[in-house]
Amino acid sequence: MNVVALVLNAGLRDLSRNRWIVAYTLCFFGIAEGLFWFGGTGPQVLLSLLNLVLLVLPLVALVFGTIHVYASREFVELLLAQPVPRRQLFAGLYLGLALPLAGAFVVGAGIPFAVHARQGASLGGVAALLTAGVGLSLAFAAIATWIALQTDDRLKGVGIALATWLAATVVYDGLVLGAAAVFGDYPLERPLLGLMLANPVDVARVLVLTQLDVSALMGYTGALFQHTFGTVLGTGVAATALVAWCVVPLGLAERLFRRRDF
Amino acid sequence: MRNAVMRRAVLTALLSLAAASTARATDLTVGPGARFATITAALAAAQPGDRVLVRAGTYREATLVVRTPRLTVQGDGWPVLDGQGAREVLVIAADDVTVRGLVLTNTGVSSLEDRAGIRARDARNCVIERNRLRDNLWGIYLQRATDCIVRDNDIVAHGAKQTESGNGIHLWYSSGARVERNHIRGHRDGIYFEFSTLGVTRDNVSEQSQRYGMHFMFSDSCRYERNIFRDNNSGVAVMYSRGVVIHDNRFERSWGSAAYGLLLKDIMGGEISDNVFSRNSTGLFVEGSSRLDVRGNEFTQNGWAAKVLADADQNRFTANRFAGNAFDVTTNSSSANSTFDGNWWDEYKGYDLNRDGVGDVAFHPVRLFALVVEQHPAALLLLRSPLVSILDAAERVLPVLTPEALVDKHPLMRPPR
Repeated sequence: MNVVALVLNAGLRDLSRNRWIVAYTLCFFGIAEGLFWFGGTGPQVLLSLLNLVLLVLPLVALVFGTIHVYASREFVELLLAQPVPRRQLFAGLYLGLALPLAGAFVVGAGIPFAVHARQGASLGGVAALLTAGVGLSLAFAAIATWIALQTDDRLKGVGIALATWLAATVVYDGLVLGAAAVFGDYPLERPLLGLMLANPVDVARVLVLTQLDVSALMGYTGALFQHTFGTVLGTGVAATALVAWCVVPLGLAERLFRRRDF
Repeated sequence: MRNAVMRRAVLTALLSLAAASTARATDLTVGPGARFATITAALAAAQPGDRVLVRAGTYREATLVVRTPRLTVQGDGWPVLDGQGAREVLVIAADDVTVRGLVLTNTGVSSLEDRAGIRARDARNCVIERNRLRDNLWGIYLQRATDCIVRDNDIVAHGAKQTESGNGIHLWYSSGARVERNHIRGHRDGIYFEFSTLGVTRDNVSEQSQRYGMHFMFSDSCRYERNIFRDNNSGVAVMYSRGVVIHDNRFERSWGSAAYGLLLKDIMGGEISDNVFSRNSTGLFVEGSSRLDVRGNEFTQNGWAAKVLADADQNRFTANRFAGNAFDVTTNSSSANSTFDGNWWDEYKGYDLNRDGVGDVAFHPVRLFALVVEQHPAALLLLRSPLVSILDAAERVLPVLTPEALVDKHPLMRPPR
């Protein structure tokens, strides 16, 4: 029996019985549907959901993720007493967390757009939003796993998760804005694009921007912007960066998990 | 008996009259095996009121000049008049001339002369209709032509650079022109009016221009209606004119830092009504213009819906719809010299307790972040960031930096119409 599938299955059952994940799905569904219901057009709903995705998704993935990893501790220890490859056990643990999170978002936010397909949300925009949401779920689930594996103190773990959330969603952008103001006299295009790629929340946002706000982005004087956002290149770069943001923390967490003395 | 004689006399008179009139309007056929082999020869032989009928084929002749008034030059089966990359193709230098059904092509590029597919020079009442113009430096050029009609022409230039291209339809000191239902693609400026007053431009499509889809300079009292301008490099520019009416046009997809759906510079008095500005970097740019009535337009999914500079004054924005724009309104000053009243804003979050359809709380359309981007353009990358939403919300509650005076006191609860 494949250990990944076994642990994944256990994780999925555990989560599906968990009321939070159901509430999470219904929350996205309710908000998206509600926005359409109260007279929102496709593009407006997309933009409102974008804010939600950028704020709520990382928060839920981080807090819920760390708690989940702590809660699975005894289960993991039990399995480790068996002759089980740690790598597979870790994969099962992570997927059992990340897939329900991503799935809940896709189902919750995707269905309203499918139902209201005629209300003018561009296909590219919806696809970008769903991709960004899935990417954020996977990336922050990996980061949450990494955080939870670093400390045994649950309170500390959740605290770090919350701090990470605040830093990634608000503080980081504040620093970037400050930097843009302070170094306004210098050519900032390249450094700023680099800074955007260095934060998964910003990567997800830029990914959606390249679909929704090209008209505004093209208004910027820099030729670099035009070349980046006027083509599929921008979307491609952002998507690649998002994948990197899933893979790198996951690799770090997996290393921790393998070497750790439970 | 006398009655019959009278009747015969009248009949004879009528017949002779008819004969005389047909004698005046002869068809001069040009083509292989026809009476004339070249159009040049036919034009030389033509009398006023005649019709030169050009059959299908390719004609490579010296620049054709129509000097006979009331002449009609008509193509039959789309004859091709080829400038061989070396010269202007057809010049109208007489009054009441009609040119119809021709294909005019390949004037070639010149830095010394403005070669045109069709040029009307010092002519009145010319009609240029249903022609196809392909790869000419300039398409149709009206030069001091009065009351001419340019309609149903299809004008295309391929792969030209801005420096090596002329305009699709160019009017210079030509008043009273009617430019209707033309389709222009790939020229420098699609339609260019210069010193041309009292013109009407209606139902044209101008797209993929190297520079402006339409360009107006010093052309007073003109009307532009139901035209579509899209994918033009710099959009549409209307400058230094008075009494302009711009009604029911579409301005779409002008992308770039100096691209505007519609740029208005030094326009005194005019109406901009019921137009659609969609997906432009800047939808409407107003500079140094006054007493404009901007009413009932739709601004959707633009980067900046309306940029209204401080040197534009006494302009009124009413009953417009703003939806899905990154920025609704920006300006470059803390004073507001133009008024916004009774528009619909999708970002408006107020309420309407007395249910009269007008929001009870005033709306400030200038966002704090718009001012930040104005000063630090690179910050644009933070668009739609949660941080920016927080800053904007804080600024709306306690306006400190955004112009207090630029306010819509009667924002609509529902989009007009």
